[in-house]
Amino acid sequence: MLYRIAGQYKTSYAADHALFPVRQDAYLLGFILVMAFVVFPMTASEFAFRALLIPVLIYSLAALGLNILTGYAGQLSLGTGAFMGVGAYACYKIVTIFPELNLVVAIALSGFFSAAVGVAFGLPSLRIKGFYLAIATLAAQFFLVWLFQKWSWLYNHSSSAAIQVPNIDMFGITVAGPTARAITQYYFVLCVVCAVTIFAINITRGRIGRIWKSVRDMDIAAELVGINLMKAKLTAFFVSSYIVGVAGALFVFLWRGAAEANLFEIPLSFRVLFIAIIGGLGSIMGNYLGAILIVALPVVLSTVPAALGVPIASATAEHLNIMIVGALIITFLILEPHGLAQLWATIREKFILWPFPH
Amino acid sequence: MNLLEGIFVKPFQDMFGAPDFLIQVLWEGLVSGTLYALIALGFVLIYKSSRIFNFAQGIMVVFAALTLVGLHERGLPAWVALPLTLVVMLILAVAIERVVLRPLVNQPDIILFMATIGITLFLIGFGEIVFGGENKAMITSQLGIPTGSLEFEPFGGFVSIEQRDLTTVVGAIVLVVALLVFLNRSKMGRAIRALGDDHQAALSVGISLSTIWVLVWFIAGIIALATGIAWGSRAGVSFALEVIAYKALPVLMLGGLESVTGAIVGGLMIGVAEKLFEIYWGQPLLGGNTETWFAYVVALMVLLFRPQGLFGEKIIERV
Repeated sequence: MLYRIAGQYKTSYAADHALFPVRQDAYLLGFILVMAFVVFPMTASEFAFRALLIPVLIYSLAALGLNILTGYAGQLSLGTGAFMGVGAYACYKIVTIFPELNLVVAIALSGFFSAAVGVAFGLPSLRIKGFYLAIATLAAQFFLVWLFQKWSWLYNHSSSAAIQVPNIDMFGITVAGPTARAITQYYFVLCVVCAVTIFAINITRGRIGRIWKSVRDMDIAAELVGINLMKAKLTAFFVSSYIVGVAGALFVFLWRGAAEANLFEIPLSFRVLFIAIIGGLGSIMGNYLGAILIVALPVVLSTVPAALGVPIASATAEHLNIMIVGALIITFLILEPHGLAQLWATIREKFILWPFPH
Repeated sequence: MNLLEGIFVKPFQDMFGAPDFLIQVLWEGLVSGTLYALIALGFVLIYKSSRIFNFAQGIMVVFAALTLVGLHERGLPAWVALPLTLVVMLILAVAIERVVLRPLVNQPDIILFMATIGITLFLIGFGEIVFGGENKAMITSQLGIPTGSLEFEPFGGFVSIEQRDLTTVVGAIVLVVALLVFLNRSKMGRAIRALGDDHQAALSVGISLSTIWVLVWFIAGIIALATGIAWGSRAGVSFALEVIAYKALPVLMLGGLESVTGAIVGGLMIGVAEKLFEIYWGQPLLGGNTETWFAYVVALMVLLFRPQGLFGEKIIERV
């Protein structure tokens, strides 16, 4: 009913391959963007920005980066947390060495450092695949976090071994640092996420994206039709690590405000991987759905028992939270192994056919 | 020049200058290598029979040890708590097979892998709620494991070997031999290996998939309990132990995901190599704590030249 496609005729191939083959998709996206740009900022509290909106955006960006590598190019990576760390530390060094630099430029540049590291650790993918590669990316995870701790130049030899985000102004408004307002940070993150998403949609729909998908689906066949596997895999590592690095820089500069090396340890990698998998591998939209679920769940679990009048000690709540997340992951995998994006696709299909069942 | 000397000359001078210390380091490496090998063995068994990369093996170690200690804390004597823990591990194996694996049969590898991470999180939360998150002491003496140490004086030096470490090594050898006999001689063991070779052929001659899966996860649970007792008696039992699971992963890369021999040899090699590197190169040159990544880097180097690992099956690609 809502998704009636009667009367929307396609008269050319270009129209058939358009970004929104069904007009209602565009309306829906427009509605979500209006919500994100206008309604949420007007209604959300400081807590909602810090605990929900900003982390959802940043985690979905990181998951988007991982999804390009794992979902589109088929290379499983468990080192996302460390690559986020590279982005964050690179951005910190750039900002402290060139304090006059615009923050957008600094974050964009820091992505390249992460991308370079990503390509270096992606080199084993030319020789090994599957779980062997996944373990190989764990090498990046452990080595880089160790490096963040031991190489004191990275955190400017500060005694706390942590990076502190200084106050950074852009056009007279403080966007990062202790005095920045949550709403400015939200808009900053939202703009970056939108820009990267547009880039990601286009790159995955285009020639490079099709090359990645063919490598994912069957690498030998891809090689036989003349695809350069090395180039395809390394570009996937490059683009993916770039986005992940940008997400890492945002993670520290516009959300956490300070970071130590252990922030980037393996739980972070797994959280991003969960988002990508629960959202749906090989889908752009899934990352946002997955991030909403994973970020909102702990918040909901910690507030619901209190609202119901059931007192739960905070330690128990935390353990319960871990347990429920674990159970939810298993449940989701059993119910819909292709993730929330696939769930939405099914619902959308039903809407289009409604009121007919088939 | 100084750096080169630090890398190529000084470590070896140190080694031969104090052979007793070198023996001590080698022994320590061998003990932790045994434990890595045991964890890797749990991984290999499950991977061989079901193609599941069981990320939960590390947490099963902690969970088993925690159950043992927790039951003993509730007043049960050790000789009751130990079989009861085995029963818990059996229940866990059955539950995992029923709830998680059976509905996920035939899904892609990565989905099953994620499911085992889900199991990991679930067990962490569950274990902490039931037994508490604080570090507990392993009930070493109640289990009849000797404490104290044997002391030797080779080359006029001094080497001390803890009796519990000796027990660990002997126990691991017994466990591995028993496992190999079981896999190679018993009917059930052959069924496990048949399932590993060819799923469909095994099913068609009447091997029950679900029975074998429960069995394999139970064996992995027994190995986990043995590892948990051994490691817990060294470092105490808490969820911090799960990091040792990450130590077993490079062992798998090095030894190959399908090879029992590879898990054992790889485990011992990595245990010894990382201790040597940490003591003679890591601490003087790199500021220490290199054990977190050294094994991975070694495994990565090996894989660049032998992608199937040292003992893995050679992967032949067909179109």
